[in-house]
Amino acid sequence: MAELTYLQAISDGLRTEMRRDKRVFLIGEDVGVYGGAFKVSLGFQEEFGPWRVLDAPLAETAIIGACTGASIVGMRPVAEMQFADFISCGWDQLVTVAAKQRWRAGTPVPIVVRLPSGGGFSGGPFHSQNPESSFAHIPGLKCVCPATPEDAKGLLIAAIEDPNPVLYFEHKHLYRRIKGEVPEERYTVPIGKARTHRDGDDVSVITWGAMVYTAEEAARQLEGDGVSVEIVDLRTVMPWDKGAVLASARKTSKVLVLHEDTRTGGFGAEIAATVAEEAFEDLDAPVKRIAAPDTPVPFSPPLEKAFIPQVDDVVKGLRELAEY
Amino acid sequence: MAVAREAEPVGSLHEVREAGLDREDLLGVYRTMLVTRGVEERGHILYRQGKIPGSFYTGRGNEAASIGVATAMGPDDVGTPLHRDMGVHITRGVEPWRIFAQYMGRADGPTKGRDGNVHMADAQLGLIAMVSHLPAMLPVATGCALAFRIREERRVAVGWFGEGASARGDTHEAMTLAGTRKLPIVYVCDNNQWAYSTPTHLEYATEHVADRAEAYGFEGVVVDGTDVLAVYREAKRAIEKARAGGGPTLVECLTLRMEGHAVHDDAFYVPKLMFEQWAESDPLERFRTWLRGHAEMSDEEEDEIAGGVKKLLNDALRRADESPQPDPSELTHGVYASLEDLDTPHHK
Repeated sequence: MAELTYLQAISDGLRTEMRRDKRVFLIGEDVGVYGGAFKVSLGFQEEFGPWRVLDAPLAETAIIGACTGASIVGMRPVAEMQFADFISCGWDQLVTVAAKQRWRAGTPVPIVVRLPSGGGFSGGPFHSQNPESSFAHIPGLKCVCPATPEDAKGLLIAAIEDPNPVLYFEHKHLYRRIKGEVPEERYTVPIGKARTHRDGDDVSVITWGAMVYTAEEAARQLEGDGVSVEIVDLRTVMPWDKGAVLASARKTSKVLVLHEDTRTGGFGAEIAATVAEEAFEDLDAPVKRIAAPDTPVPFSPPLEKAFIPQVDDVVKGLRELAEY
Repeated sequence: MAVAREAEPVGSLHEVREAGLDREDLLGVYRTMLVTRGVEERGHILYRQGKIPGSFYTGRGNEAASIGVATAMGPDDVGTPLHRDMGVHITRGVEPWRIFAQYMGRADGPTKGRDGNVHMADAQLGLIAMVSHLPAMLPVATGCALAFRIREERRVAVGWFGEGASARGDTHEAMTLAGTRKLPIVYVCDNNQWAYSTPTHLEYATEHVADRAEAYGFEGVVVDGTDVLAVYREAKRAIEKARAGGGPTLVECLTLRMEGHAVHDDAFYVPKLMFEQWAESDPLERFRTWLRGHAEMSDEEEDEIAGGVKKLLNDALRRADESPQPDPSELTHGVYASLEDLDTPHHK
């Protein structure tokens, strides 16, 4: 096993699949010569050539639509949106065409769209968003949000292998900050399976992406108070691992749902509603949500800090639940 | 000022043979035109009988354009036909009874009642089902062409759009990608002059839609869309050019939409004189006259073809009517594909 950053693990997963399967190609803005805005595909064009690592025109609709068409005639395309925010320009191709084609016309669309998402570095309203909830609402799409380097590699390979359109949300704030052991061989992490990031008995935090680490820090702070926090890293937002969430809710009887996306209609609402519906008798407190406020993502550091849920916010929420 | 080339009409049988169609092929094209119109005329009857849920769309007036292009496609080529392109489905071999079943939302329609109208395609015939958002299928067709280029296959994609849809960004993005990468694709604009009620001068400011092709780095050609042989010749040229590595072409087929946008629309906004003028160059009548004058189609042959089509369609109606309604308990099946679903011929 090698220690890789989250970003290196993504590169490793993509390179593994491109070496193994000639049908896999990468298309996006500046992914070729430049190696991608974040250098995920650095050196790829040298290895795989200009027709498997394609610098696309600044045209997200064409990029995603072309992936759909290419997949229908047998390729396994991977598209990179330079920032997850730009997926809005390709919405129609994903939501109108790719998501519905299997159910409607029997034609599977095995594509992966890589989405560098999330804030924490003054990216402002258009380079920081976490749009997974919008797409989790669309029947036919899958959404994965790895938090660890090991999952980053395994979920990317699983996404490429999957016969459906998969949105792969890679959190930019984790790219170089998070390191971990990553197996050198090819492996997959199953889509739709959560992971227990930390075992605990008193309160459950249900979260994903960069918030896993915010929750972890908060849990550590609560150790001193004798509060034992369990962290469930969802890993996949759609289809989500209801069984794992309900099992944790039944174990601790107190649930906090945490996400970096905005609160209203965010995916946390779906989780909270399901826990209330299906584990009501097991709960000792109302399900609590901690999420970003309902505003666009701000630019200036003090504003962004007020927007993204912080460790202190989670500590406060966990204390409230513990004392309930 | 026009930039696109304006195609000449087709003259002699000799010229048509040069383009690759023998006499038997020509009679086959005529038959396909009759089936296409016949399917849509019977669709109107089904609609009046209350057997078609929702609204009903036809491509009356576009038969020569759709069939001319589809006839020029090779067996391994792929396409994304739209709601005025029934002729593409018929040319590629979709059985009419399945189309009637689709119209009526029955279990044997290509979408099994999950989508209606011409929102269908038989993937095994190299066709990809359209969506309502026009021209969302152009980037998809462009992606098929990209795959052919990556794999260095001698296959071509054909992407259809209307003059109304030419206003949307998908058209621009698809043609930009195809132009920069010189992809093996032919864009076919069914210019029927009315996007619902909106006339052409409110959709584009050039003389022709095909004038735009030059801006994307490829050739544009305008052809009389009621002349099936001229459409065939131009489509064939464009498709073979793409196959040989010559990049995209935009073929604009000029027609008139001879009915409303859909059955609920009486098209009051189209000048009556316009309908009368275009009725004189009805694609079927025009080709029938040509076949009699240039290919010696006899009364006997004509009757035999018409009789065969009538029987085909009557049998098809009966068979479609026997098709069961879709089973509501299966509504949630197949939202997501399984790995076995990838094992279809078009996925190779």
